[in-house]
Amino acid sequence: MFETLSHLALQQYWWMIVSILGAALVFLMFVQGGQTLFLSLGKTEVERTLLINTLGRKWEFTFTTLVVFGGAMFASFPLFYSTSFGGAYWVWMMILFAFIIQAVSYEFRSRPGNFLGARTYEVFLFINGAVGTFLLGVVVATFFTGSPFSINEYNQSRWEASSRGLELLLNPHNLSLGLAVLFLARTLGLLYFKNSVDEPALEQRITKSLWQNAIPFVVFFLTFVIWLMFSEGYAINPETGEIFMQANKYFLNFIEMPVVLILFLIGVVLVLYGIGLSLLTPTSNGIWFTGPGVILTVFALFLVAGFNNTAFYPSSYDIQSSITIMNGSSSHFTLTAMSYVSLMVPFVIAYIWYAWRAINKQKISKEELTSGDSHIY
Amino acid sequence: MLENIDFTLVDWSRGQFALTAMFHWVFVPLTLGLAYMLAFMETIYYKTGDEEWKRITKFWMKLFGINFAIGVATGIILEFEFGTNWSNYSWFVGDIFGAPLAIEGIMAFFLESTFIAIMFFGWDKVSKRFHLTATWLTAIGASLSAVWILVANAWMQNPVGTMFNPETVRNEMVNFWAILFSETAVNKFLHTITSGFVLAGLFVIGVSSWFLIKKREQLFAKRSIVIASVFGLISTLFLIGTGDSSAKEIVKTQPMKFAAMEALYEGRTNAPLVAFGVLKGKDLHKHLDVDSHAEFWLKVEIPSMLSFLAYGDPNSYVAGIKDLIMGNEEHGIMPYREKIRRGYEAQQMLSAYKEAQKADPNGEEFQLLQAKFRDQDFIDNYFRYFGYGSFYDPDPVQLEKNAFKMVPPISLTFYAFHIMVILGGYFLVLFAVFLFLVMRNQLHTKTWLLWTAVWSIPLAYVASQSGWIVAEVGRQPWVVQDLMPTMTAVTHIDAKAVMITSFLFAAIFVILFIAKIKIMVTQIKIGPKKKEDPNNV
Ligand code: HDD
Ligand code: HEM
Ligand code: HEM
Repeated sequence: MFETLSHLALQQYWWMIVSILGAALVFLMFVQGGQTLFLSLGKTEVERTLLINTLGRKWEFTFTTLVVFGGAMFASFPLFYSTSFGGAYWVWMMILFAFIIQAVSYEFRSRPGNFLGARTYEVFLFINGAVGTFLLGVVVATFFTGSPFSINEYNQSRWEASSRGLELLLNPHNLSLGLAVLFLARTLGLLYFKNSVDEPALEQRITKSLWQNAIPFVVFFLTFVIWLMFSEGYAINPETGEIFMQANKYFLNFIEMPVVLILFLIGVVLVLYGIGLSLLTPTSNGIWFTGPGVILTVFALFLVAGFNNTAFYPSSYDIQSSITIMNGSSSHFTLTAMSYVSLMVPFVIAYIWYAWRAINKQKISKEELTSGDSHIY
Repeated sequence: MLENIDFTLVDWSRGQFALTAMFHWVFVPLTLGLAYMLAFMETIYYKTGDEEWKRITKFWMKLFGINFAIGVATGIILEFEFGTNWSNYSWFVGDIFGAPLAIEGIMAFFLESTFIAIMFFGWDKVSKRFHLTATWLTAIGASLSAVWILVANAWMQNPVGTMFNPETVRNEMVNFWAILFSETAVNKFLHTITSGFVLAGLFVIGVSSWFLIKKREQLFAKRSIVIASVFGLISTLFLIGTGDSSAKEIVKTQPMKFAAMEALYEGRTNAPLVAFGVLKGKDLHKHLDVDSHAEFWLKVEIPSMLSFLAYGDPNSYVAGIKDLIMGNEEHGIMPYREKIRRGYEAQQMLSAYKEAQKADPNGEEFQLLQAKFRDQDFIDNYFRYFGYGSFYDPDPVQLEKNAFKMVPPISLTFYAFHIMVILGGYFLVLFAVFLFLVMRNQLHTKTWLLWTAVWSIPLAYVASQSGWIVAEVGRQPWVVQDLMPTMTAVTHIDAKAVMITSFLFAAIFVILFIAKIKIMVTQIKIGPKKKEDPNNV
């Protein structure tokens, strides 16, 4: 059935899949956010262990989503993969190091004979949480702000800044989205703790911390979005494939794709509602609003970056080198084959859901950590 | 053309990739094999309800968890590295190579990480049956991830099912099934996965032997040994069989690798197999020329065996390194100089294509060139040597010299192959002896044999790493056989940047490795959970 679709339709389908993965990833970074908080929230060793174990049952999903996001980008938009990863070398390497140290930290932290001491692994988790979220936010911001690269007629890319990605950290808009993602992850982390930890002593600290993270998140996020609505963007002339700067491009994308605008607005409202609810009432359900809200919002932002004749990975060095979902994608054949594979995704989501339910029937409490029969981080 | 290449950069990038890939491979084979052993053990627990089997399962599961975490941490590096360090490669093959990586993620990694959570946290939360299913699914998930990555790797060794598109300048997939079921992919998967089973078998036997030596947990140790030696023995038989079919297939697809594995300089009929040998001289591949000969300090040969191994017929002809380079008319081998010339012509054709397109995208010349890249004759006789063109030189003498540079490191490939094969034979004997003695309940008295098993654990890793050295070093100078040389695959970046990240990787690996070994050893010393002590989990 997919082979009958046009190449463009497949490219759009795959951009949507990548967008969903990206959106899911941002939501799942509540794990990273939580990792930056357990040191300050947990006053005793037991509390910290409790918080770490709450996160420890989910970290694999965030990690795997990141891996799959990378793999899906490679498979569907290889020109982006080869340009960005090889070009913004240092940024990706820093992200990479931040994730290498995460994977081992959970498993090693509480093991006897762990060589570095539990505290080191806790610091590793903190670094992963802070650096990973911030830099991923910065990289996503370049979908709108552009990067200094050129692509020749053999589709080989060259990064035109010898600082190799570090220059991206000088752009204030990249920074504001990076910080927004960092504080969002922390906010989500708090909502997740509130939802899944059964420990009265922690509740108050969580609410207090929520104020301190939700406000900066909203400020940085609005800074970025407002700038985005007023800034010019990288548009494609559908006839010639030429790329040009268009005023208020991203704002126009919202107007011209009302469905996306509606998704975005619903998303933002849900995010704020969940946060507000958790701040003002004792409910632990905030994450059920904010989480889906984040997914919708990020999904809409990705669509705005790639759809409606927009270059999703613009070049600030040579505008014609900008990568679009048309010129950067895999062949019709590969996208078709991959589309069949994508039919597995609902099935994957279903079994993940089923397995989570089975594990999460009760909240985690101190008692469980000493009950003896389960695996402890 | 070779003078434009920054070889420091190429070498550092290769070194970094080799370092990270081999480090990943320290953890992966144990995951692959141990996962199935856990599934067997838990199945017995499920069937018999014997709590001792649950204890056994949980002990090995703990070791599995420690190993798994670091396998995951090292895997993500490789995935990023294709982009960061091999960006030209990532584009040239992205249409094929990305797909298996993505499928691996969707199909295998989620399966693994979901059910591993149940395996660890679900003991008293889900039913016994559900838990057992989760353990099996974890094992299957691990094997599935091996399938896809190995399909990707096999395609680099034997690029089938694709067609070059001059417009995008990359290889595009035209036949998914040809890629998935190529002979190379099938052999690679079967051989690699069984090597993981063998390694895990040796690991379990080695650790259990230590308990027997220390006279602790005798029942636990013996039961573990029974499972591991049955599993290991069967797997070793498969391993040797699939290794043999890998070799038979390499003769056809990568004859230079095969010649290097045996350090066979001159081709011949009734070629003998060097069962054991020590080569004279070092850096053999750097000094290679028309007059080079393989010299051994010492060798033990089996007459005609190599011909038999390669083609199943002792009288068959096996091509040597020099035949492949200089050509051999009698046996229909085209010399490298001709392949280089043809590859160069294909590369020139691509430049002409780009020029013509710029000049007039509707012009006749452009259309002719477009047709050329779809012409089967051009594809079979010119384009298939595309990568050779990068070694072209207008000066025929220099060109001949370049041809002699197109060989893999000979001694490394030779030794790696022989170490692997010799160890394969040794493992077979070891498993058989263990199975025999444990069945007759005589094992615990043979302390020297138990120590042998303990010290065979590192040998399993040596064999396994050697296998990858044969596969990857043996295919040099190619990243994609005949189409893309390693030197053109790299990201253009300051070699210092790669150097710095390589040192960082090396440092972090050393630290993580020490941590892992210490944790493992401590866990093993603590041993399986005592029935009465709730804190020892
Ligand atoms: C426990 C480890 C182990 C053992 C004992 C053996 N192998 Fe192996 N071998 C591997 C582990 C391995 C591996 C790590 O799985 C490799 C690396 C790449 C691959 O495809 O499998 C490999 C590669 C590999 C290759 C190269 C494949 C390629 O380049 O694509 C050949 C020809 C053989 N093996 C042949 C053998 C033979 C004839 C053996 C006889 C006993 C043998 N191996 C034992
Ligand atoms: C995990 C097991 C693996 C090990 C131990 C391994 C080992 C190596 C080694 C030793 C090299 C360096 C060869 C040299 O340049 O001298 C290398 C290079 C390379 N390997 Fe592998 N490899 C493994 C798996 C893979 C897989 C599965 C792929 C592809 C999917 C792959 C792709 C590459 C690439 C792209 C290079 C760099 C180019 C080159 O120098 O050849 N490797 N690998
Ligand atoms: C060079 C190419 C390779 C890449 C890019 C790669 C990528 C990865 C990644 C990203 C992970 C982490 C998955 C997660 O998030 O859970 C991983 C783990 C894993 N990989 Fe690899 N891998 C490579 C080579 C191999 C090979 C050659 C095999 C097996 C034959 C293999 C088998 C596995 C398995 C079983 C895991 C599960 C975790 C563990 O290692 O214990 N990988 N790999």
